[in-house]
Amino acid sequence: MYKYDEYDQSIVDARVEEFRDQVERRLAGEISEDQFKPLRLMNGLYLQLHAYMLRVAIPYGTMDSRQMRMLAHIARKYDRDYGHFTTRQNIQYNWIKLEDAPDILADLASVEMHAIQTSGNCIRNTTSDQFAGAAADEVTDPRPWAELLRQWSTFHPEFSYLPRKFKIAIVAAEEDRAAIKLHDIGLQLYHNDAGELGFRVFVGGGMGRTPMVAPVIREFLPTQDFLSYLEACLRVYNRYGRRDNIYKARIKILVHELGAAEYARQVEEEWAHVKTLGLDPPPGEFERIAAQFAPPPFETGIADTVDRSDPDFAVWLDQNVKAHKQPGYAIVNISLKPVGGIPGDASSAQIDLMADLAETYGFDELRVTHAQNIVLPHVKKADLYTIWQKLVAADLASANLDLISDIIACPGLDYCSLANARSIPVAQKIAKRFEGLDRQRDLGELKLKISGCINACGHHHAGHIGILGVDRKGTENYQLLLGGSGAEDASLGRITGPGFDEDGVVDAIERTVETYRTLRTEGERFLDTYRRVGMDPFKEAIYG
Amino acid sequence: MKLLTGNDLKTGDVVWWTGSDWSRHVADAVDVDGHGEAIAAAEEAARRVNAPYVIDGEATPDGLRPGHIKDRIRALGPTVRLDLNIKPADPKAGSWVI
Amino acid sequence: MGNALRFRDDAAHEEPAVTLDAFLGQTNATAVRLESDEDARKLIPQLGQLALIEIAFPKFRDGRGYSAARILREAGYTGELRAAGDVLVDQIPYMRRCGFDSFAPEADIDTAALERALSRYEHVYQKAADGRSPVWALRHG
Repeated sequence: MYKYDEYDQSIVDARVEEFRDQVERRLAGEISEDQFKPLRLMNGLYLQLHAYMLRVAIPYGTMDSRQMRMLAHIARKYDRDYGHFTTRQNIQYNWIKLEDAPDILADLASVEMHAIQTSGNCIRNTTSDQFAGAAADEVTDPRPWAELLRQWSTFHPEFSYLPRKFKIAIVAAEEDRAAIKLHDIGLQLYHNDAGELGFRVFVGGGMGRTPMVAPVIREFLPTQDFLSYLEACLRVYNRYGRRDNIYKARIKILVHELGAAEYARQVEEEWAHVKTLGLDPPPGEFERIAAQFAPPPFETGIADTVDRSDPDFAVWLDQNVKAHKQPGYAIVNISLKPVGGIPGDASSAQIDLMADLAETYGFDELRVTHAQNIVLPHVKKADLYTIWQKLVAADLASANLDLISDIIACPGLDYCSLANARSIPVAQKIAKRFEGLDRQRDLGELKLKISGCINACGHHHAGHIGILGVDRKGTENYQLLLGGSGAEDASLGRITGPGFDEDGVVDAIERTVETYRTLRTEGERFLDTYRRVGMDPFKEAIYG
Repeated sequence: MKLLTGNDLKTGDVVWWTGSDWSRHVADAVDVDGHGEAIAAAEEAARRVNAPYVIDGEATPDGLRPGHIKDRIRALGPTVRLDLNIKPADPKAGSWVI
Repeated sequence: MGNALRFRDDAAHEEPAVTLDAFLGQTNATAVRLESDEDARKLIPQLGQLALIEIAFPKFRDGRGYSAARILREAGYTGELRAAGDVLVDQIPYMRRCGFDSFAPEADIDTAALERALSRYEHVYQKAADGRSPVWALRHG
């Protein structure tokens, strides 16, 4: 894991003092709310439905136990004893006081954390593969590049007042676990035919009001100049992205209006100039960072088998534990989706427990996933049963990873001032309807995603089944979408037809999955069946 | 009737205009009639409230009820965490919102 | 108008700035004003004759001027580069990094707050137009 040096620490410490100064000026009336808003947003502080909300950055979703415990401490001391893990691998607190915010940032800085650029029209926290460094299928660990991106984007002088927010994701495997094609920039590390490592660069994806799957802007970008290339990508956007209409200000609209080829041409032209300016750090800087992501000291020659005699444990093992590249080790997924719970929420005690498990059994590492779960990336197979027992005791052992109850849901109208409808109660009703694990496992991989408004924080466009909450004359109404994917086979869901009330949408989902069961061929996922047979049979079953 | 609401600048708490001050309880709110915007501007300038706005409300047998579900949830708290409501001891609180 | 701020030792330039169209149409002006939607690169062929370039910030949220400033500095412009309009304390450190050395804010800038803002960060992560060494350069000497 990356450790701050004196420079990183001094920058984060200065940020705490800067924000303290800004808050004092706001409270003293020296700056207006209109002027303060972009300043607080660039530090992740929103005014939400019930209070201020603070979004804390978890860069590329990686933490150690000390940092995780600090998240629990903040929940306990400054909030209401829980936090909400988000689809951008961050954590949000819902009940923050403005006057406490500088102290919270100081606490975070003490463990090399911050809330820098977790909101605002700037470059946001870079997200990545939650299995980075552990996945059997990765070509390299993408996190050293993500850390280079973190440093490059932090207080970028030219790109802190962009037309709109800007999200970058990076992966290094063919399986896309970070939804890179639905980001402003998606980067995929791979080896070209000559065996050189480079990036495939996608630009202009996104969800929201105008969802788009990003086109490839550059098939192969050598790693050594990638920051100057991104500088060129951003400069073209900053200069020519639309500023006349907030709904058309994301880079996806620019790329769409120019055409991918013309946008790419402008970037190349800018890059030809920018890369002569010496903006790229020397290779030694990458090596310095990469050394800190060296694999942990795995034991060799240890048992690679697991005792499956406890049937409940075996189910969890099959569903939530994934293959590790090191023999004798495994990747543990901790589901934050218990039936009746709130997707992504964890209590202080649960956060502490997960920190303890990472420290004792997992080389002190934790990850947050974009599906709002937690990962222990490096666990010895021999410890799995003990870990599972501790998770069971903490209500953290739901064996539902990637099943229909492993729902991504935004906070919705229960917390969010932008929302039109509640998301969480719908998620709870669906999880309840499909409560039996046998039934869920029979349905197989089924990614269900719920957003409470068109902004799509709950990724409804990318759900195999998606739900969008809308306001229909003052009452909550839910549209159903089918066929989306945020993975390497990215696609956008299509709306089935007229919307439903809360119970109606749960019924419609049940009819949808029952239709799938009658139509599927052996081993076919819901998404594959949908793609094969199309919308009509589902529509008939739902509205028939 | 019209109600004036906003958030406390320092704490972020949802607050309601009572005619002379701000309260966390919508039951204390008064009809601001045509004066809402003027009160909002003066109170915001004095930094006694943040982001104030005027909403429709109605008097019901259960007390004042904001017209839109969003403001009813603001008045109560998240419907999925009734333990965190403004009135956690009131079992009927959630039913009043929807 | 607020208090003008200048981070240059030379004498202030007195000639009023002309519009970009006027500048491109006549060749002897020495001061020009760029609106936020105008292309700074159009000035590059004639940078040598300019002593003042003023870049408009109609709203502080409009960040196009940051790119315009860097483009001009990258092209070798060394004259006065002024940010004019909705320029606020907390934007000025970013503007300084992009090469602005003069400010004509609409509303008064609190100079004590500005001094704090400008001296707050001992280190920066990126190489930009202000000559500061990024931390990667310090790390690798």
